[in-house]
Amino acid sequence: MTEDPLFLLGFIAVCALATFATRVLPFIAFSRQAEHPLVLHLGRYLPPAVMLILVTYAMRDWRPLSNGAVNLGANGLAMLLAALIVALLQLWRHNALLSIVTGTVSYMAMIQLFD
Amino acid sequence: MPVMFGYLPLGAAFGILAMDVGIPWWAALTMSLVIYAGAGQFLAVALLANQAGLMEVAVATLMLNSRHLFYGLSLLGVFSGAGWRKPYLIFALTDETYSLLTSHRGPVKKDHTMAIKLSALNQLWWVLGTLAGVMIGSQLAFDTTGIEFVLTALFIVLTIEQARRLRRWMPFIVAMATALAALALLPDRHMLLGAIAAASMILLIQYRLDMRAPQQADAS
Repeated sequence: MTEDPLFLLGFIAVCALATFATRVLPFIAFSRQAEHPLVLHLGRYLPPAVMLILVTYAMRDWRPLSNGAVNLGANGLAMLLAALIVALLQLWRHNALLSIVTGTVSYMAMIQLFD
Repeated sequence: MPVMFGYLPLGAAFGILAMDVGIPWWAALTMSLVIYAGAGQFLAVALLANQAGLMEVAVATLMLNSRHLFYGLSLLGVFSGAGWRKPYLIFALTDETYSLLTSHRGPVKKDHTMAIKLSALNQLWWVLGTLAGVMIGSQLAFDTTGIEFVLTALFIVLTIEQARRLRRWMPFIVAMATALAALALLPDRHMLLGAIAAASMILLIQYRLDMRAPQQADAS
């Protein structure tokens, strides 16, 4: 399936359209309400909330309390340690590239060397 | 601007992952040119690997990227009057570009030339990263297990940057509560949208309460 160029192009087109739709919709639908206090309120508080939800989503395989016991899952400990490395580095150095690369390399090293 | 370079390793991770599941190099590059969405493209690769149908892909992409709706909402004023630059600014509104644009408040708030430079540079790094990734990915000797953590790392960095800018606990408490509730109560494929919808509802309710008690509007 992934070998058929026509299917791939159609697949890419669908992804591109769906992505652009989510980006352009507010500009079409709400262009006159830009200064409405509700829009400002959501614009201020929703993105940070969504970011933290995305972190939780990305780390959902680590479920410390599932089955009522400490349960780190397959790569749970590595994930937790790497996430801590990313967070601490970012708080300390404020360098996104450094935090992302160091965290990912340590995660890859931990799960490839110790599992 | 160091955050900009974040898209280079992330793009490389995407390229490596794409080659890993057997997507041709030209398709990976096309995705980075015309889709241009970090998390969205990682999801697309996963769906392609699982032989998902086009309808499934459309719905999943819409849901994952529904957070962009709110990026747009908060930038309505900033992008107004951008003229011919506006379509590209909207197209290129990724997590990281949004994060950069909103961290440049104040004097440059309506500097559209600067906004479009920033957006185009971000995409350039993303495409160059993808190119590097498909080149690395075509070398079979490299063990790429665990490369997907790059996405987790990106979200952690973006959350910390948001927190530093906002200096309020409220949205993060709401997010933690809704995310954990959604994890516990919803099936995995609905967790993300469920948590985002619940967080939006709580923020709406909180807005209504603030309106009724304007003297306490800053207490949150």
